[in-house]
Amino acid sequence: MNFWILQSLNGLSYGMLLFLLAAGLSLSFGLMNIVNLAHGSYFLVGAYVGLTVMERTGNFMAAVVVGAISVGILGLLMQRLLLRRLTDHLAQVLLTIGFLFILGDLSLVIWGGVPQIIPKPPLFEGPIRIMESVFPSYRLLVIGVGIVVAIFLWWLQDRTAMGANVRAAVDDEEMAGSTGINVALLMTVVFGLGAAMAALGGVVGGAFLTIFPGQDMDVLLLALVVVIIGGLGSLKGAFVAALLVGLLDNFGKALFPELALFTIFAPMAIILAIRPTGLFGRA
Amino acid sequence: MRRSFLPIILVIAGLAILAILPKVLTSYYVGLLVTVLIFGIFALSLDLLLGHCGLPSLGHAASFGTAAYVAGFLSLKIANNAPVNFAAALFAGGAVAAIFGLLALRTRGIYFLMITLALSQVLWGLAFKWKSATGGDDGMPGIPRPNLSMLGLDLTPVNSYYYFTLALFVLVCILMYILIRSPFGHSLRGIRESESRMLALGYNVWAHQYVAFIIAGLFAALAGILYVYYNNMVSPKDLHLITSAKVLLMVILGGTGTFLGPILGATLIVLLENIVSGFTERWLLILGIIYVLVIMLAPKGLLGPLRGRLRRWIPM
Repeated sequence: MNFWILQSLNGLSYGMLLFLLAAGLSLSFGLMNIVNLAHGSYFLVGAYVGLTVMERTGNFMAAVVVGAISVGILGLLMQRLLLRRLTDHLAQVLLTIGFLFILGDLSLVIWGGVPQIIPKPPLFEGPIRIMESVFPSYRLLVIGVGIVVAIFLWWLQDRTAMGANVRAAVDDEEMAGSTGINVALLMTVVFGLGAAMAALGGVVGGAFLTIFPGQDMDVLLLALVVVIIGGLGSLKGAFVAALLVGLLDNFGKALFPELALFTIFAPMAIILAIRPTGLFGRA
Repeated sequence: MRRSFLPIILVIAGLAILAILPKVLTSYYVGLLVTVLIFGIFALSLDLLLGHCGLPSLGHAASFGTAAYVAGFLSLKIANNAPVNFAAALFAGGAVAAIFGLLALRTRGIYFLMITLALSQVLWGLAFKWKSATGGDDGMPGIPRPNLSMLGLDLTPVNSYYYFTLALFVLVCILMYILIRSPFGHSLRGIRESESRMLALGYNVWAHQYVAFIIAGLFAALAGILYVYYNNMVSPKDLHLITSAKVLLMVILGGTGTFLGPILGATLIVLLENIVSGFTERWLLILGIIYVLVIMLAPKGLLGPLRGRLRRWIPM
């Protein structure tokens, strides 16, 4: 019994990380029609920056803030200086492959090839007792962070002027532009926000997953599966699919370690067969 | 009439040079040429999708790597029976394309790219984790080259393997040439330009693309088989996104939808990787920088500007 509860908790917390990643991926697709293949790199670089800040200051909040902001700026610059200059969507996607390799290899140079882990904040190091059962408190914290970010994004998209502008630009970029919305600026902001969220996931995840070279591509794969299942451009889809993939991946690893990735292949294949645009994607 | 002789003379001259090269080069450079030819086949197969169908696959290593694994596994663990292993590996590579094609061709454009990437990475994960069958991260070393003793042909020396690869390379070029000039090839390009029009004209768009996807998978599988026997080993990186992205860069660098482009791209990237690896471990960084430079500066490839002139010689 305890195995199932514990693994579900692990799966849910992993799913929340995937949501942090996939939300940005999905939003920038909705707005710009590109899939940023360097999105996993934001996760990895964010985790490494967080690690360095944690080693220097010992302050976990500082690690989170510095990691998210620095990578957010990296995303802003990438979008502003390079992606924006290309008009062809496919060329934009191909450009991000280049950054996937560049950022991955630079991280290897700077932070080395040994797997590392960010120390947890002291308050959440130990387990917590709820009704006879023992839970790792940090996992609960991660789930909490994921829910808070999800609510924040929903509020941003549904209840603010900026969100209304984003929705308008997703629906019809030219019409939105002609009503005075600065679509180019909106794209840059959303792209930077997505990068910062991925980095947030990296720092938060770096304290219970190890950080290692190649993780950028591992999490990219899972984030892609999340948006394929959830539907590109849909936050709700990203949330539901992230939890689903997080749980499936975790149980897959625990139950069939050698065939782990097939537990996410199956749902992806089924979704593609029945609904190629994903659960909540628009046709 | 005079004009049409020129390409024939050039092809014959090119073939003659390729045939003589092993006599003047050391075995190290002959090996490098083998790699160039193999990636030439691989890049040509991807260009059938990217250039002629407009389908940007970022998972083309799936067929390449699967065939390599099947050929390697059979040769190492069952029997070094080249014809059977060749056929089985080709079949496996084609089967992967047949399954992935069913799923990926339900989508277009960036979706297609994303799904081919995700599907091929799942295979990579399988090769990486399924240690008992694939050897995990270490892969399978010590795979012997085929020995076709009944034909009196031992492919173990690098020179004989070079001629074997060259023969298959020429065969692939001929088949590809026939294919892209055939009515089928013209229909593919018609579909690339306007799916809805071809549909209205009564073409079965899906079937055309599906068949092209499988053919591309088979050619990639052939490249994978040649690759595994040449290197005597197979590892998960042969299925990895990096391999898919590398071959995609070869096609884009040379120019999509051209015959020479992918071969030129493959030659440049293989040579560059070889030179760069000689003095630094930062090949991936260089590869990334080339990606950015090519996309920003020469999105139509090196042959792009010459395309109008080349069109006289080479069928598009």
